Parts: sequence; C-alpha cells; structure tokens
Amino acid sequence: MIKAILIFNNHGKPRLSKFYQPYSEDTQQQIIRETFHLVSKRDENVCNFLEGGLLIGGSDNKLIYRHYATLYFVFCVDSSESELGILDLIQVFVETLDKCFENVCELDLIFHVDKVHNILAEMVMGGMVLETNMNEIVTQIEAQNKLEKSETFIFQSPRQDR
Amino acid sequence: MTLMSHTKPYIRKKAVLIMYKVFLKYPESLRPAFPRLKEKLEDPDPGVQSAAVNVICELARRNPKNYLSLAPLFFKLMTSSTNNWVLIKIIKLFGALTPLEPRLGKKLIEPLTNLIHSTSAMSLLYECVNTVIAVLISLSSGMPNHSASIQLCVQKLRILIEDSDQNLKYLGLLAMSKILRTHPKSVQAHKDLVLQCLDDKDESIRLRALDLLYGMVSKKNLMEIVKKLMTHVDKAEGTTYRDELLTKIIDICSQSNYQHITNFEWYISILVELTRLEGTRHGHLIAAQMLDVAIRVKAIRRFAVSQMSTLLDSAHLVASSTQRSGICEVLYAAAWICGEFSEHLQEPQQTLEAMLRPKVTTLPGHIQAVYVQNVVKLYAAILQQKEQAADAQAAQEVTQLLVERLPQFVQSADLEAQERASCILQLVKHVQKLQARDVPVAEEVSALFAGELNPVAPKAQKKVPVPEGLDLDAWINEPLSDSESEDEKPKAIFHDEEPRHAKQRPPEADEQELARRREARKQEQANNPFYIKSSPSPQKRYQDAPGVDHIPVVQIDLSVPLKVPGMPMSDQYVKLEEERRHQQRLEKDKRKRKKRERERRGARRHTSLHTESDEDITPAQRVDIVTEEMPENALPSDEDDKDPNDPYRALDIDLDKPLADSEKLPVQKHRDAETSKSPERQDVTVVEKKSKKPKKKEKKQKEKEREKKKKKEAEKGVDLDFWLSTTPPAATPAPEEPGVNAAVTAPKEEPRGEEQDAGKDAEQDLEKKPSEQKKKKHKKDKGERSKDKKRPKKRAPPREGDAEPVQNGALREEPLPPMSSYSLLAENSYIKMTYDVQGSLQKDSQVTVSMVLENQSSSFLKNMELNVLDSLNARLARPEGSSVHDGVPVPFQLPPGISNEAQFVFTIQSIVTAQKLKGTLSFIAKNDEGSTHEKLDFKLHFTCTSYLVTTPCYSDAFAKLLESGDLSMSSVKVDGISMSFQNLLAKICFHHHFSVVERVDSCASMYSRSIQGHHVCLLVKKGEKSVSVDGKCSDSTLLSNVLEEMKETLGKC
Repeated sequence: MIKAILIFNNHGKPRLSKFYQPYSEDTQQQIIRETFHLVSKRDENVCNFLEGGLLIGGSDNKLIYRHYATLYFVFCVDSSESELGILDLIQVFVETLDKCFENVCELDLIFHVDKVHNILAEMVMGGMVLETNMNEIVTQIEAQNKLEKSETFIFQSPRQDR
Repeated sequence: MTLMSHTKPYIRKKAVLIMYKVFLKYPESLRPAFPRLKEKLEDPDPGVQSAAVNVICELARRNPKNYLSLAPLFFKLMTSSTNNWVLIKIIKLFGALTPLEPRLGKKLIEPLTNLIHSTSAMSLLYECVNTVIAVLISLSSGMPNHSASIQLCVQKLRILIEDSDQNLKYLGLLAMSKILRTHPKSVQAHKDLVLQCLDDKDESIRLRALDLLYGMVSKKNLMEIVKKLMTHVDKAEGTTYRDELLTKIIDICSQSNYQHITNFEWYISILVELTRLEGTRHGHLIAAQMLDVAIRVKAIRRFAVSQMSTLLDSAHLVASSTQRSGICEVLYAAAWICGEFSEHLQEPQQTLEAMLRPKVTTLPGHIQAVYVQNVVKLYAAILQQKEQAADAQAAQEVTQLLVERLPQFVQSADLEAQERASCILQLVKHVQKLQARDVPVAEEVSALFAGELNPVAPKAQKKVPVPEGLDLDAWINEPLSDSESEDEKPKAIFHDEEPRHAKQRPPEADEQELARRREARKQEQANNPFYIKSSPSPQKRYQDAPGVDHIPVVQIDLSVPLKVPGMPMSDQYVKLEEERRHQQRLEKDKRKRKKRERERRGARRHTSLHTESDEDITPAQRVDIVTEEMPENALPSDEDDKDPNDPYRALDIDLDKPLADSEKLPVQKHRDAETSKSPERQDVTVVEKKSKKPKKKEKKQKEKEREKKKKKEAEKGVDLDFWLSTTPPAATPAPEEPGVNAAVTAPKEEPRGEEQDAGKDAEQDLEKKPSEQKKKKHKKDKGERSKDKKRPKKRAPPREGDAEPVQNGALREEPLPPMSSYSLLAENSYIKMTYDVQGSLQKDSQVTVSMVLENQSSSFLKNMELNVLDSLNARLARPEGSSVHDGVPVPFQLPPGISNEAQFVFTIQSIVTAQKLKGTLSFIAKNDEGSTHEKLDFKLHFTCTSYLVTTPCYSDAFAKLLESGDLSMSSVKVDGISMSFQNLLAKICFHHHFSVVERVDSCASMYSRSIQGHHVCLLVKKGEKSVSVDGKCSDSTLLSNVLEEMKETLGKC
C-alpha cells in the first residue's frame, strides 16, 4: 500500500502532499521536512530507495523517489509494493502530468492543484494503485475536463443573463 | 456493491478499490461482499481485474491463510495475465501465501522460473526471484531439484547487482541477503561481487553489502574481510557510515559468540585501532566488546591488559579528541580491565599514576567512578606486590599517592564517583594508619576484590523459578521518579530479587531442588558481570577470605557513603546502597557456596579445564550466550542507532533555519513573503510619516530634475521631441506633477497615491531605459538616487509597490526595452492626449486617469476643459455642485511644445468588463493671429487591467488561494513570440499590473488583485515559440477580459 505521496522542490518547498493515512497537520509537515532532508542529501547517481528510521513509520516502509529537474517525487510505500513497480508508477505520473499540462513545470502543481489531485486520484486510490496505463488516465482526465467545462458553461450562462 | 457490477469498467474498478476501505472499516461486510470481489478477478476489463487483485492482495497480506482458497484462481491469472503490474501483485501475494502451504510453493516454482527466463521487465524479474526465494525458504529442504532454481536466482541476482543501475544493484543485494539466510553457501561464491559493492558510491548499497558480508564471513576469511572493512573505515567520511561500519565490524566479529575469531589478540588490536577513530558514537560498544572479550577469553587477558594500559596511558589523547560521550567510553573498559586483571599488569604503578592524573576529572562521571573503583583494585595489587617484596617504603608511597590524589574525585560532580572516592579515601587512610604501625594490610585490601567475575546472560534470571512467598512486584524502596533507561530496568528487577534469594536459600535443602539451586547459583555468578556490562558501576562482591575479622572495619567504612547526603539520583545509586545493606547477609550465605562455585565456574570455551560438572553447565551457558547474551550486546547498538538519530533531529532544526534564511535571500518569492508580511506589522502612522518624508526630498529632486531638463530642452529641442515620442511622458510630466496634483486632485484626497504611482512609473521607466540612461549619465544617477529615497516609502504604504523590489530585481538582469503604460487617446494638430488608468486598493470603485496633454502647435493653449459622457457604470467625479453635463477644467495652460499631466477620478460600478467613455476636450488656442475655440473628441478606454493593482503575494498564500478551489479558470495561448521570458514577464508586470509570485525556468506564477478585491492568478509558460497563460480568478468574466487584453499585449511582442 502507498502511505504517502510527497512532491517538493529542490529547496524543500512542498508542492504536493497526499497522505493515505491520517496524520496531524504538524506531523505531515514534519514528515515532509524529514523526507526532504533524507532525500535531498543523496547524490544523483545513487539508488532511489531509502528505508527505515522514518517518522512515517515502521521498518516495513520504504521511500521510493525520483528526481526530475527541480522536483522530487517521493512515494512512501510498504512492503506490499514492488519497488521497481513504484518507480515506473512515478514515471507514469510525471508523464501524465506532462501530457495534461503541456511542458509541465513545478508551478503547474500549485496552479492546477485540483487537476493534479484528480490525476493522482485516477492513479492511486486510498493508497492502492488504480491504473497504470497512461492513456487510460489521460482519457479519464480529459473526460472530466470536458464535463467540468460544460458544467461551468451551464453555471455561468444564467449569471451572464442577469 | 451494485456499482461493482456497473456497466462501465471505470466505475467498476473504482468501486472495487473502495471496497477495501469499506472492509477495513466494517469487517463484517467482507463475507457478503467477497464472492462478488472474487468475480471481479475474472472481469473482462484488465483495470477492474487489477483493482480486484490489488484489494485481495492487501487483504491477504494481513491474514494470508484465509485466501489460500483463491490460489488456483491466482495461479490461472498468473499464467495468463500479461499486465506486469497485476503479475507483480499476484507474485507478491504468492510470496505471502507460500509459507502457509508448501505444496503451493512446489507448484509455483516452475511457472516462476519460466517467468524469470522469459520476462524482460526487471521489476517482474525481481519480484519473481523474490518469491522464488520465499518459496525456497518455505520449503527449506535442500532438495536437489531446487538447488538449480537457487542457482538461477543467484545468477539473476548477480546480473542485477552487476547492472549499472543503482536501483537494481540495491535490490539485488537486498534479495541476495534473503537467500543468504537459508543458502549461505551459494551466496558465498559471490563474495568478490559483494566486496566490490563496498566500494560503491552509494551509501545504501554499501550498507546492503555490509549486511551481506555479515552472513558471509567464516573463520578463514574473517581477517581478510575485516581488514578490508578497516580500510573503509579509514576512508569513510560521513560519520554515520563510519559508525555503521564500526558496528558492522563488531557485529561480524562477535557474531555467534565469536565463532569466527581464531585469534583474539588480533581482535583486541582491531578494537584498539577502532578507538583511534575520531567522532564515533560507538565508544561504549567498543568498550562492551573489550570487556566481553577480556572476561570471556582468559588467555587473552594478559594481552588485553597490556593494550588497555597503553590506552590508559594515552588517555589524554582519547579524551581530548572527542570531548562528548564518544570514544572516551573506551576508557571505562580500559580502566576496568586494568583494575580487574591487575595481576597481568607489567607496570601497575605506572598505570595507577595514569589513572590518577588530574585530567581524569574531565571525563564523564560514570567513567570517573570506574576509575576510582579500579584505582583501588590496582592499589590492592600493588600493595600485595610490594609487601611480598617486603618493600614497606614503596607501599607507603603508593598509599600516600592515593591519599593525595583521591580528593580530586571526592569533589567530582558525579555522585557515584564522589561516593566511591570518599569511601575509598577513608579506606586508604585507614590503611595508611595500619601501614604506619607496620601491620601487613595487603592481603586484606586485596581480599576486597578477590574472586572472579563471570558473564551471564541477561535473561538468565528469568529462568530461575520464583521462590515461594516472593513478591517481585513489591517495592523494596519507593519507586524512583527518575526516568530509567530501558536497559536498566531488568537490572532493577535483578537487584530487588537477588537479596531475597539469599534469604530463601537456606531452607531449600531438598535433593530435588538441587537443579534449581544450581540455576540460582548460576544466576548469582551472573550477578556481577551483569553489572559490569551494563551499569557504569562494576560492583564487586566483598568476599570474605581469610581476614574475616576485618570485615567489620570495611563495613564501618561503607556506612559512611551510605549516609552521604545527596539523595540517590539514579537507581544505580539506590542499588548500590541496597546492595551494600544486604552485603552482610549475603556474605554469610555465600561463603560456603562460593568455594564450591569457584570450582565449577570457568566453564567457557577457551578454558582447557573441563570438569564433568562443568559440562552440565556448559551447554546451558552456551545457549545463554548465543541466544540471550547476544541481544544484550546488541542492545547498546540499538541505542546507538537511536543516538545518531538524535543528533540528526538536532541537525534537522539547524538545517531548517539556515534553509529558511537562505531561501529568503536568493529566491524571489521569499523576499516577497518577507516584505508582504512586514507592512502588516507596521502602524499606519508610521506609514504616513515615512511616506511624507521622502516626498519632500522627492520634490526637491524633481525640481532639480526639472531645471536640468529645461536647460536641455532649450539646448536641443529636436532631441527632446524624439525623446518624448519614444519614451513615456511620465518622466517629463513628473517634475511638474506636484503642482498639478495640488490643483486637480486635492479635493479628492488623492495626492499621495497618485504621486507615488507616477513616481513609480517614472522609476520604472528610468530603469527600463538603460540605453537612454547611458546617454544622460548624470541623470541616471539622479534617477537611481531618487529611487533609493522612494524605496522606504514604497514599502510603507500598504501593499503598494511592494512587489517592486522583487520585480526590479528580476528585471535588472537584462536590459529591457522601453515600456510605457500610456497610450494615445486622441490627437489633432493642436494637441496630443495620452493617458493611463490606475486603480488603488483603498478605493474600491475609483480609478484615476492620468492624462498627458502635449501642445503640438505653436499656439498657446488655455481654458482647457474636459467633459465626459457618463455611462451607467462609469462616471467622472466632478467638483461638488456641478451638474453631469459640466466639464472639469484642466488646471494648467500649455505653452507651445510643452506637455503636462492632469488627473481625473472616475467612479466605476462594475469592473468585470472593459468599457469606453466618449469625451471631449475643449480649449482655446491662442496664437499671433488670434484665438480659436477648438475641440478634440476622444474615447476613453477603461480596460480590465486598469482595475488591477499590483499586489505582492507570497507563494504559500498563493498556493492556499488556489487550493481553495473557488476560482474559475481560463487560458489563452499566443504563438510566435520571440521575446525573452524575462522581458515577457516584465511586460506583463508592467502593463497588466501583476507581480511575480514564483518563477521556475520558463514558467512563472503571477498574482494581482482588482480594486474590488478579486484575486487574479496567472500561470505563464513559455514554450518554443509560444506563450500560454492560464488564469484563475474569482470572477470568470473579469478573467477572460483580462486574458483577452493580455493576449493583445503579448501579440505585439
């Protein structure tokens, strides 16, 4: 099971965090900080797994991360997840983001928080992987966007009439 | 439930996944829902299938045995499915299932091996190997046909480890260590590879390799491996890794009761070598090892003692290199070993002196305590030696030395050391008296420490049945409020119990109880070394040897420390006390037994004397050592693991702060945060004061400027024309502005804001025309100076221009093309009108139109009057008492070639749409031929951007705003833009009143706010040739209008 998904930039500024287990706000912040310190001091050419000694709990848990340009994507998972599988999943996630917001950039994560969460919800639900096929995810997201647009249109038109 | 059979697979799969959470919350729902879930495993849609597999895997992971029945189904899925993700999940599930059903494992091996051979996906391969390993472990019988699959696994893993991808390498090592547990032989073949991994750059890989090494050592290769590790220790830079290496070395050497060590002298020297490491936190681990080896391996004692005495000699080196708790722990062991085995010391006198150096008092308290205790042991040994040599003089000298030096410990801050020192000082003084009377004392003193200490497993106590009538839970003393470290707890129990044993023992004379008594005795032996190991105060049992008569003397001495005022602060202290109270009783009981015991003791591997009775005990002891004593040894290492963490946590905080600071400095966004917070804290009065002061200076500044400019105008009028046409007039009108303001806007109470705005424009203009500034260098300087003066003012007014430093900071990087926010309003042969519209946050429905009027004719223009046809939405603010149709007079006249700025305030109802107002400027043009009445019609365009006010926003607030989700969204894209992103941003900032929140490469988030409080957020991204702008705003109409306007601006780039 995936326990948490954290995204922060090179300076440790959180860009997105999603916890699949209840933590208090403070703990969440602490986890992000700790994770950042763990991850950020690692070189580029070392392996992408980290284990143990984490606030987020248990020896069972692992941090699996990838570093893209300015962002760290960190997944905290337990032993039921395949390490390489999660790495692939991160790749899929990033590619999906890139597809949804052309030329994705870390500010997209802030600006389109809602959408990013939607995408994530398409891939991971309640800590379990829902879909790993990028095309499938993108189709669903597009369908959602369409729906959203038509909704806002309906929502807006009466207002404009007034 | 019904959704699970929905026609759309998309909904089905989500429904299936949700079921897991439902099951977690309402376990009773699992039974009724399970059949349907099972159905979904065979769903035609792969997504649903994988969701179902997911859910079942999660469920099965918790209690695998309930899902054994599904195995055939999964088996089918595994052989048929092509989705790697699903396969991985299933294989993982099988990994969990096989330990419960070995037959399943047998069945699995074949398809798994096939998969291993066939798959190209590394992740799948790895999981297969993992499961095969799990299967093999569950089978755990070395059946011949399985050795093939082990070989296969190991081979595949080798490929993984040899791979250049660090991730695979890591996983390979991880899996390898799993195999190691059951099939160490097959892994040992790859020792070279593992050793190679030790050289890896990656710390986690090195750690994995270390783990593997642990299992790979044998008697033969231990020395070689440790030697290699030692070189690594020298090389290692990070303390964490070095500490890890150190513990690993010790672990490897001491594993399974030192079974791989053939030469203990070598081991001791390794340990001593390790003490030379700087900054290690495992001093007490090394110390524990030294003690352990010295106690267990009799043959080594001589060597150990000699090593330790040199260590003590160079104690100052050790202690000074790491003041804090690090390596000086070793001295503890060294002192103890030297004291305890003083008979092996070659130059006890020298060691004694080393231990009594004044420097010693700088050591931690518990070490001092041990020093004190062992000084006496040494002293006893020396005394004996001297007395045997009938060298009374030397003996007295030693006593004198002790009497002189001990007081330094009496003053120790540590209670333990203090108590012992004062106690021993008394003792020594007594001895001195006796010596003075020429009474031989050596025997009696050394009798204090006669007897031998044995190691005992910490859990040995548990094996002793609780004697009847013994209430272990009852407190002997009041519970201490002090916090006890966990590893001390068992000790406390131990202590409470021990004296009672003594009391109970006499009645149990039964033959049947003999076994039990032996146990009890064993535990008793155990008693001492147990202290030695984990408590800082190795207690000696005061054993009665020949000099029974003198025991009372000793006890009188003892009573002194018992009354030492300072209340017991650690439970050790209490124990000590208690121990002594019971001493007397114990001694009587033990006296006889001890003798017997001593014969039986010494049952350990390296003793050559094995009596029959020993053999009864030996195995028991071995077991203890292997299974229970090792954990004891491991305990401190656990603590150490925490130890490094603590500093880390401390580090965390340290790092945090500088990080925050550093973030604030170089990155734009943070300065934003900083500045936008500060105005809130400032008082309004301060704001006003601040803003007024510089104004005066500014005026002066401007006047000067004006003078200069006038000169210049006179000098080169043509040039000026050119200048005025290409650059914003703002710079020109600015000097004259104060007067204008006073006249026009005074009734509207707007002077300050306006002036600032204009001033800001002027400043921006100045900055944005470096080329021009070069031409007129002195002017630039002045501009700069005036800007500096303005800056404090800028920050002071709430939110106005706060973003400026940020923007400017960014803008300064490269020269920017000249920009003007003024646009042409109307023009005829007489006059040219340009205007700019500015809003301010204070007035939520007012905007100010700054209109620059430039006389283009040779006539003198006067009586200018502006009139505008008001609309429902926007109207011109006129002086009180005038009607809607009256014009507003322009408060100046224009001589030929001169321009000036007038400001008019408009009241706006709704700002979400742009609008145009028709207006007329009427004036009298007067020249040599007479005067004419002229009119100029214009259309005033109020864009949506003009309602926006540059407002800084820090990124956290920006993120919160966007998170709130009640903003509507819209976007535009403009193609064919070749301008640099830098300039582009500057343009947006300038023309559309935005401020940059954050910028990352060619992407930036921007923020602005309308005068009516609408938030406008932008995300500007630059592609190859295009720019896309995504906007979010609390009002969608406003947003789309702003974006349209922006598109126009960008289109011109």
